[in-house]
Amino acid sequence: MWTKLANPSVFLRWSGAALPWLVALTLGLLAVGLYKSLLLAPADYQQGETVRIMFIHVPAAWLALFFYSTMAASAIGTLVWRHPLADVSQKAAAPIGAAFTLACLVTGALWGKPMWGTYWVWDARLTSVLVLFLMYCGVLALWRTIEDPSRAARAVSILTLVGFVNVPIVKFSVDWWNTLHQPASVFRLDGPTIHPSMLHPLLVMAVAFTLLAVTLHLQRMRTEILRRRVRTLTILEAERLDRRAAA
Amino acid sequence: MLGPHGAFILASYAAMALIVGGLIVASILDHRAQLRALADLEGRGVRRRGGDEA
Repeated sequence: MWTKLANPSVFLRWSGAALPWLVALTLGLLAVGLYKSLLLAPADYQQGETVRIMFIHVPAAWLALFFYSTMAASAIGTLVWRHPLADVSQKAAAPIGAAFTLACLVTGALWGKPMWGTYWVWDARLTSVLVLFLMYCGVLALWRTIEDPSRAARAVSILTLVGFVNVPIVKFSVDWWNTLHQPASVFRLDGPTIHPSMLHPLLVMAVAFTLLAVTLHLQRMRTEILRRRVRTLTILEAERLDRRAAA
Repeated sequence: MLGPHGAFILASYAAMALIVGGLIVASILDHRAQLRALADLEGRGVRRRGGDEA
């Protein structure tokens, strides 16, 4: 079944049907999430109103790691099975992951200034997220360097898998080193340490942003399939013109 | 309403809207450009030899 769904033409059909539903669901959840985050959630006893930045910063951080992991899984699909949709998935995921990593860095800095007294410190969590952003930039640059999409996909796959070593470093940096950044407060073995009045808006925003990112990923995958068809047709047209000129 | 650090909160939400909005707009424009290019080529009679490769 997966092989059939992953056929590019079949993918274009089912993703085209799913997109309007995903867009509607994303907009609905974002509206609920923003209402809960900005109006319903109480101010934190220590952070005050600044806690509202967390409702967008934390989902951005999750998605930064999620999309790098998606790229790594797709990279395995490219290198092991050489599936064209794996190449397409990798390429479509890179700008989305880069955007959310940038959003994570910017919102983190804007939270850090009033809370820590500085926009930036070179602690393990912040530095490893910056390295993640640079990895995304490297991946995006490499895609643009090699013209043939299949060759580019193989080169990018290797770079992505090498860079994947940074993902657990980002996640566990707050446990392995002494950092100014607070430790994990949602995904913990002993359960979340956040009060439900703040946890619920955070979870709604996390699901809403994840849906938004998945919708964008599907949309960009569709665009990438079209781009490859355009490339194939352009080459075919050039060959036809060459033959005509030679005759 | 947003306390003494309201500017930081608003700037965070604005930055997020700008980054995500930019990504959405870029994605839509890119998709439209590919659709136009494909329609252009097909309009000139260029067809694939067959197959569903991406």
